[in-house]
Amino acid sequence: MTAPRLLHPGAWWLWAVGLAACALRTTNPVLLCLIIAVTGWVVVSRRTDVPWSRSFASFLRLGLIVIAVRLVFQILFGVRIPGTTLFSIPEVTLPSWAAGVSLGGPVTLESLMAALYQGLRLATVLACFGAATSLCSPYRMLRALPTVLYEAGVAVTVAFTFAPQAIVASRQVREARRLRGRSDRGFRAWSASALPVLEGALDRAVALAASMDSRGYGRRGGASVSQRRRSVGLVLAGLVAIAIGSYGLLDPGAPTMFRIPALAVGVAALVGSLAASGRSTERTRYRPDPWVKPEWIVSLAGLIALASFVLAGRISDALTPSTNPLEVPAVPLVAVVGLLVATLPSWFAPTPPTLATVSTSMAVAA
Amino acid sequence: MIRFEHVTITYPEAESPTLVDVSFEVPEGELCLVVGVTGSGKSTLLRAVNGLVPRFSGGVLAGSVIIDGKSTADLPPRDLADVVGVVGQDPAAGFVTDYVEDELAYAMENLGVAPEVMRRRVEDILDLLGLHEIRHRPLASLSGGQQQRVAIGAVLTAGPRVLVLDEPTSALDPAAAEEVLAALTRLVHDLGITVLIAEHRLERVVQYADRIVMVPGDGRPVIMGTPAEVFGQSSVAPPVVELGRLAGWSPLPLSVRDARRLAGPLRERLAEVELSAFRRTPSMVGEVIAVTDGLQASYGPVTALRGINLQFRAGEVVALMGRNGAGKSTLLNHLVGLREADSGTVRVMGAEPHRLSAHDVVRIAGLVPQDSGVLLYHDTVAAECSASDRDAGLVAGTTRSVLDQIVPDIKATAHPRDLSEGQRLGLALSIVLASEPPLLLLDEPTRGLDYGAKQRLVEVLGRLAAEGRAVVIATHDVEVVAAVADRCVVLAEGEVVSDGSARDVVIHSPVFAPQVAKVLAPLPLLTVREVELALAAAGDLPFS
Repeated sequence: MTAPRLLHPGAWWLWAVGLAACALRTTNPVLLCLIIAVTGWVVVSRRTDVPWSRSFASFLRLGLIVIAVRLVFQILFGVRIPGTTLFSIPEVTLPSWAAGVSLGGPVTLESLMAALYQGLRLATVLACFGAATSLCSPYRMLRALPTVLYEAGVAVTVAFTFAPQAIVASRQVREARRLRGRSDRGFRAWSASALPVLEGALDRAVALAASMDSRGYGRRGGASVSQRRRSVGLVLAGLVAIAIGSYGLLDPGAPTMFRIPALAVGVAALVGSLAASGRSTERTRYRPDPWVKPEWIVSLAGLIALASFVLAGRISDALTPSTNPLEVPAVPLVAVVGLLVATLPSWFAPTPPTLATVSTSMAVAA
Repeated sequence: MIRFEHVTITYPEAESPTLVDVSFEVPEGELCLVVGVTGSGKSTLLRAVNGLVPRFSGGVLAGSVIIDGKSTADLPPRDLADVVGVVGQDPAAGFVTDYVEDELAYAMENLGVAPEVMRRRVEDILDLLGLHEIRHRPLASLSGGQQQRVAIGAVLTAGPRVLVLDEPTSALDPAAAEEVLAALTRLVHDLGITVLIAEHRLERVVQYADRIVMVPGDGRPVIMGTPAEVFGQSSVAPPVVELGRLAGWSPLPLSVRDARRLAGPLRERLAEVELSAFRRTPSMVGEVIAVTDGLQASYGPVTALRGINLQFRAGEVVALMGRNGAGKSTLLNHLVGLREADSGTVRVMGAEPHRLSAHDVVRIAGLVPQDSGVLLYHDTVAAECSASDRDAGLVAGTTRSVLDQIVPDIKATAHPRDLSEGQRLGLALSIVLASEPPLLLLDEPTRGLDYGAKQRLVEVLGRLAAEGRAVVIATHDVEVVAAVADRCVVLAEGEVVSDGSARDVVIHSPVFAPQVAKVLAPLPLLTVREVELALAAAGDLPFS
C-alpha cells in the first residue's frame, strides 16, 4: 500500500464525469441506482478530512428533491401518457393560445414511472458531482485548471465553489437556527434557511474570488495582448468543439460528424492553446501532483465505465427501458461490468492523509 | 509608496460616500496604523489599496490610488500581487486551498517563483510565524489564531513591498498577537516593507506605529501624523494614552515603558489612597447555574477538552482565557448543547443542553457566537426582532425592548449588514437575551469593536450579571476582562490551569495584565476608570 497522499484532482474529475456521462446515456433505474451506489462506495472509502468531503450526503438529498419536483411537475403539467390510471386531478381547460400545455387530468402509472426515471437520472448526475467534490476539493481542481482559463477567473471560481460553499453555509445556518431556538424541521426549516444559505454561499464565493485575485490568480504574465487573444480564441473554439462532441456522444441520434471528429478537433485546439500559452505564462507549482499509476487507474476506470455504456447501447435497448407499455427493466451485463470497473478506485487510489495521520506524525516529531 | 489622492468612495445604493476626499501618503518602510470608530470606512480604505474596492465591491472610486508608482485604475489586483499583499478581516474566508503548506505557496505559484525558491521561502515563513507544527494540517482544523498567522504567511511568501492588514490580531491571544506584531516590525525594519494596519486594539500596536491615519468617518478629512500628534486630538486612544491624559503627562506615552517612566509620582500619590474601596466590587454571587463534570471532548483524533470541572454561578461574570485553540469555544458550544460530550456531563439548570430541543435550550443558555452576524439573516432589524419573538414564543415586541435597552436608536428598517459591528453585536445579543436565559455565553464579543462600543458592552454585561445571570465570555481582550470580569478561568490544551478572581489572575500574569496594571504595578488597579475614582477620592484631579 502506498503512503497517504492526495490523488490528482483531474483523475477524480475524469472518473466522476465518466460516471455522469453513463448516467446521461440511460434511464434504466437499476443502472442509475448502481451508479449512485458505486459513487457512494468510493466516496466512503477515499474521502478526505476537509469540510467539502461531507458534501456527498447533501448532494444525495438534493437529488431526492429533484426527483420529488419532477414527479410533482409530471402530475400537474405533464404530458398525458395513456395507460393505467392511478388517480385523476381536475383538468383545467386552457385558452386556445396555450394549446399543448395541459393542466390536470388523469395521472397514469406509466407517466409517473417515466418522470421517476428522468428525475433519477438527474439525481445520479448530482451524485457524481457530489462524489467529485467530496473526493477532491474544488480548490485543488481550480489550481489544476490550465492557465488560459484564468481569463474567466472570477466566474470559474464562483461556479466551482458555490455548491460546496453552500453546504458549509448551510451547516452554519443550522447551528445559528439552533442558537436562536428554532426547532422547526422539514420543509419549513428548509425554506426559511434557503435564502441565508444562498446569500452566504455567494458572499463566500465572491470573497474567495477577491482573495484569489489579490494573490495573483489570472495574472497577465509575460504574454502580449495579441498572444492572449489568440490563445483565448483557441480555447473557446476548442471548448465549443468539445461541447458539441460530448453532446454527440451522449445523444445517440446525433450525426457522426458531431461525435468523435468534433471531439478530436476540440482536444487538438485546447492542446494547441495550452502549448502556446504555456510558453508565455510564468506559473510554477509547489509540490506538483504527480500523474502516475493510481491516476491512470482511476481515470481509466471512469472512461471504461462510459465505454461499457456506449457498447451496451449498441447491443440492446436495455439502457432506455420502455415505460409505455411498462416493463421490468432488463439489466445489460456489459454496463454492470463497466460499473464494477468503476469501483476500482476504492482499492487502487491512495488513501488521503487524515487528521489522524497528520497528528500522529506531529506526535512523532514532538 | 502608498499615495491616496482625493479619493472618494461611494458604494452602490449608499446615501452618502463612505470615504470623502481622502489624501495621504505613506513613505516606503513605514508602519502606518489606520484608526477610527467602527463603520468609519477603515476596511474600505484598506481594500482600496490594491483595487479590491471598487473592483470586487462595486461602487465608484473618484480620485486615484497610486501604489509604487502604479495606479489601481490601470491594474487589477492580480497584477499588483507582487507589490501588495492583503490580509482580510476573516482569514478563513480568504483561504484558497485546503492545507497550510499549499496556502503558503499559492501566491508564489501564481507569480511563477522557481520551485526551489518556493520551498525555501515556505520554510522561512513557517519559522517566522511559528507554523511548522501545523504545516500539514487542513486549514479547516486550525484555531482562529493559527488561521490568522497562516493568512499573513500566505501573503508574505510572495515578498510584497506593501503589506495591508485588516485587524490582524483581533482573533489572537495576547502572546500570539505579540508574536505576529514582532514579525511585522521585523519585516519593516529588516526588509523595509511598508505596512498599513487597521486595528481596534490600539494598546497592542500603537507602540510599533511610525504614523497614524485617523479616519473620522463622518465626512471630515482624515488626520495623519505621528501617534502623539494624532492622540492629542483623537477620541480613540489606548488605555495607556488615556492614563497619560488623565495624569496630564506630556509627551503622551504610547507604550507601557514610556508610561512607567512617567508614572513615579502618580504611583506614590495612589499608594496613599485606600484602594480597595475604589475597585469594582464583585456582584453578589448566587446559586449554581451550570456545572461541567469531567467534560471530555475531541474533534476526530484531536482532544479539545480533557476533564473540565467548572461551576458557573448566578451573578458572576467569568472570563474564559487561554491560547488560541485551548478549547474555549468548544467549552461554550458544549454549554449550549451544540456538541455532545465524549465523556463527563454538562448540566445547565439541571438539564443536559444537548438533549433538549432548540426551543428549550434557549431558555436556559444563550450563546452569541464569534461572528455574531451568523445569527442574523432577515433583511431588516424589525424582521429579526419579530422572528426572534416568534421563535422563542415570546410576546411580540420583547426582543425590540431588550434591544432598546442595549443599543438604543437602531432604525427598525435598517438592514443588519449595514449596522456597525457594535450594533450588530447588540442585535445578536438581544435576540439571545430575549428568552431570558440564566446562562449567557459570548465568544470573542469584542472583536471588531472600538473603545466606545466596548465600554457600552462592558456596562451591559455588568448589568446582566447584576440581574442574576451567569455571564461567561471567552476572550483575548485583557482590557475587557479587567473592566468587567469577576472571575477568570485560564484554559491550556483543554485543561483548566487557573481559576480565581480576575484581579489576581490578570495582575500576576505578564501576558494577561492590562496596560494600566503594568504601568502602576504593584498597585492593584486595572483600568483608567479605577484610577480616576481613586484620584477623585484623594481629592486631586487632574493630577500632575
